[in-house]
Amino acid sequence: MPRTTSPTTTDPTTDPSATSASDSAYVGSVPWEELVTSALLGTDRRPPTPHGDPVPATDAPAALLDAAALHTVRQRAGLLPAVPEARPEPAVPDPRPALPEAARHRLAHLLADRAAPSGGGRRGATPDLTELIPQWLAAANRQGFRAPAALLPPLLDAARARTDLRPQALAFAGPRGLWLAGLNPDWKFALRGSASGALQPDTKDPDAVRRLWEEGLFAERVALLDAVRAQDPPAGLALLATTWSAERAEDRLMFLDSLRSGLGGDDEPFLEQALSDRSRNVRATAAELLSALPASALAGRMADRAMSCVSPDRTGDVVSIAVEAPHECDAGMQRDGVAAVPPTGRGERSWWLGQLVEATPLGVWEERFGGRPAEEVVALPVADDWAGELHTAWCRAAMRQRNPRWARALLGRPSAPSASGPGTGSIAERSKLLAILDQGERASWVAEFIAAHGLSDAFQLLGVCTVPWAGPLGRAVVDALDIARDGGSYPWSFSGVMGLAERCLDPAEADRLEVLTAAQDEQEGASPGAGGYWSEAFQRLVSTLRLRAAMEAELMA
Amino acid sequence: MAPPTVGDMLLSHGGEPSPTGGPVARWSVEQVLALAPDDASRKAGTRLGAAGPWTGTGRDATGGVVWGLCRGSGSTPYRTVVDTTGPAYSCSCPSRKFPCKHALGLLLLRASDAAAFRPGEPADWASAWIEGRRGRAAERARASSGGDTARRPADPAAARKRAERRAERVTDGARELEQRLADLLRGGLAATDRSGYGLWEETAARMVDAQAPGLASRVRELGAITGSGPGWPVRLLEECGLLHLLDTAWLGRERLPEPLAATVRTRVGLPMSAEGAPVRDHWLVLAQYDTPDGKIVTRRIWLYGRDSGRTALLLSFGAAGRSPAQALPVGATVDAELTPYPGGGQLRAELGEQFGVTAPAGPPPGIAAADAPAAYGTALTEDPWLDGCPVTLRDVIPVPSKDGWQVADAHADSALPIAPAALSRPGLWKLVALSGGGPVTVFGEIGHRGFDPFAAWDPGEREEDGRTTGGAVVQLV
Repeated sequence: MPRTTSPTTTDPTTDPSATSASDSAYVGSVPWEELVTSALLGTDRRPPTPHGDPVPATDAPAALLDAAALHTVRQRAGLLPAVPEARPEPAVPDPRPALPEAARHRLAHLLADRAAPSGGGRRGATPDLTELIPQWLAAANRQGFRAPAALLPPLLDAARARTDLRPQALAFAGPRGLWLAGLNPDWKFALRGSASGALQPDTKDPDAVRRLWEEGLFAERVALLDAVRAQDPPAGLALLATTWSAERAEDRLMFLDSLRSGLGGDDEPFLEQALSDRSRNVRATAAELLSALPASALAGRMADRAMSCVSPDRTGDVVSIAVEAPHECDAGMQRDGVAAVPPTGRGERSWWLGQLVEATPLGVWEERFGGRPAEEVVALPVADDWAGELHTAWCRAAMRQRNPRWARALLGRPSAPSASGPGTGSIAERSKLLAILDQGERASWVAEFIAAHGLSDAFQLLGVCTVPWAGPLGRAVVDALDIARDGGSYPWSFSGVMGLAERCLDPAEADRLEVLTAAQDEQEGASPGAGGYWSEAFQRLVSTLRLRAAMEAELMA
Repeated sequence: MAPPTVGDMLLSHGGEPSPTGGPVARWSVEQVLALAPDDASRKAGTRLGAAGPWTGTGRDATGGVVWGLCRGSGSTPYRTVVDTTGPAYSCSCPSRKFPCKHALGLLLLRASDAAAFRPGEPADWASAWIEGRRGRAAERARASSGGDTARRPADPAAARKRAERRAERVTDGARELEQRLADLLRGGLAATDRSGYGLWEETAARMVDAQAPGLASRVRELGAITGSGPGWPVRLLEECGLLHLLDTAWLGRERLPEPLAATVRTRVGLPMSAEGAPVRDHWLVLAQYDTPDGKIVTRRIWLYGRDSGRTALLLSFGAAGRSPAQALPVGATVDAELTPYPGGGQLRAELGEQFGVTAPAGPPPGIAAADAPAAYGTALTEDPWLDGCPVTLRDVIPVPSKDGWQVADAHADSALPIAPAALSRPGLWKLVALSGGGPVTVFGEIGHRGFDPFAAWDPGEREEDGRTTGGAVVQLV
């Protein structure tokens, strides 16, 4: 232990009022380890022995303490710096510009709200800041700002707690965030998540691609295949084909999934071959991919089978659809991806029919029913209660083939009562069909739906609409909320839609909504106190919209 | 970009400074959140920190006083006024938290949305409170300018007698403590492992009776050392030795030079008052944090004087659940007078008159990591009981080590271990993030347990146009 000269010229340990100075001076010369032993065992049992002579028992404790004090102060005064450990590699510089001051404060505010424990209970009239973090991050990333270093820890903590934040949070955190996460095991997720982003392979160098494909870890290989496929679909397929037969079944399934992006006619021979794969899951996926290619041989075979089951019936006054479900699931059907065994509770013939229709190119039906457009085909009466089965299968086909014409036809008119087909009445199916339409059409369909049916079924449909909501859609939602309030129920019956509205309405609507925040007189038949809660809910909506507008403005500054 | 000058700030506040002082710094979100007495208030205040529930918001010309009406669940809105120079709060809500969520919300709104506060005349309900405060402040100023007589007790003879009586009781306490320490050493420290906290708690209670709270708290800390992991007997012996040193120093205080005697009085726990010559300077607020200490909360505010080069510590106390009243925004530079407390190497001071905010001062010049232990060694010559002394380290890099972290000199082969207390604080990761593996300037305390970082300066990054961002103080505790 390094020592300096005596730390203090006015050292009170030498104060004569304590114990005799000569004893302390003696004991001070005893090695520290011996003093500790004496203290631990007691001076009665083990008195300190300077120069071999024990100190008298009465003086021993004070002498020992004097020596301990002297030693302690001396040692503290003589501390030396430590030897440095290996320094971490510095973080890669982040060329993005720094956030504007106001935006930095805003982010601190949003993250602080997340970290504070939840107060629980009713939300009152104030915005839920945590729900705005995703939007803030998306906007900051669009503007290409660099995250402030001091806010990286709370940002990574937020992303650790909420997986849905991770992609945007990590993009925003940038190289410094990744560097920091490498030093803290709590933030390991950031390193995992970045495997596809940060370690993006260089697809320009064929040798590097080949080497990584042959030697890389599974996650790296999936990322590589996705990257190559995104740039040059045939090259991706060629890469996969080099090792295809040697891959494990689970891996083949994952790699096959990567072909979904950029799927085209060029993939057909490979997929056709995969129909004879050893693994049932690989076969099924290959069949599914082929059926999404209307020109493929598989699609043709399925169309032939489906057409033998579904045909026009002209016996009556009007044309109707006659259905004769398949009687068996032969080897050919099974090779083309038809699952022979239905789930419990389903008849096997209707199960097979559904799969055939689902894999049949939709254009086939327009031809089969005399060139009628999709709307009319969907509207044709179906014999023997097969309508539900057939329409559901068409819905699945429209989703798989991403066919907007059929999606539109199956959705039907938004104002029509949902039970009175044609098309589908299921909200889940409708929201999936809506996702196929372009965003403007989607928004106006949902707007009309809400205008006709109110909000009770709208939550899922609103979820597929683009943010911020287009004008007519926003107006429809606000009008429906206004009507719901007049209906006298409590606002929390609509909390899902309210929450969506706070995040998705165009902030410009705030002024128009202001009138709704006024407290209303209690109406007859209304739930007690509902008026106050509604005005509170509208206040929250308005203040959240204002906050979003402010957030956007700060980031544009 | 050049730092804003005082002139800029006047303009940005859009008005003449009020006759009572210069422009007042607008607090940031972090600074406001630091005022909250507990997490629940912080959360509730954050919820109110948006325009939604507020109406009638405004501020005075300096920006030091803000007010607004907050709509709650009742029919009449709450009336909230905050004077940030105190800070002082007034709210018509029934909450017993202090500051209440409405005051926090108002300050948060102010921090995030400056446009919501237009300078103007306060509403009647707000102006009554503001005038009342100004009146009292003026009275105090008159009283103190009238000479020291106002502070002196009415009867100096009686006061001296009281002080003597107290000193006698402390002396009795110190003798008793000496006896107990001697008994302890005679029987051996190993025995304390069996007797547990009871032994120390009882001794501490005796010291409270002897009106020596400083001795009492040291005794209580001894109780926490026993059995506290490998090497505890060594730590216990060290602390027993220092306690014995304090006892003997008290008993022989007449023979000590005055600064050391004052230090001993402070350490024993006698009430001291700030009585040194006031120092006026531009004080940079380095850090402000609260530590719970039994039933009370102790708030520490570290200041650095731009011209004097002095580091000063403001201490204030609050009952549990109430945050101490004194608050200064971290990163601001205030032109103010500080009155130091007596004692060798004493850093504690009392905040006197404030003359407004000025252009932010940069970091202190700082020292190399290798010189920090020597600074602590020098400080020990004036106060041997010191656990740490404040230093600013220049160009250090946080480095992970075997069982913790270090700050290593960027240019030399020396490092300081980070104190164990700092390892579990989120601030450590802020420091690491600010560094990014490069050198940073850090303010903190160097002591025998290592270096405890309190604040760091954002080194920023060089932008394309050649200027560097950053330079702001970031609090780490």
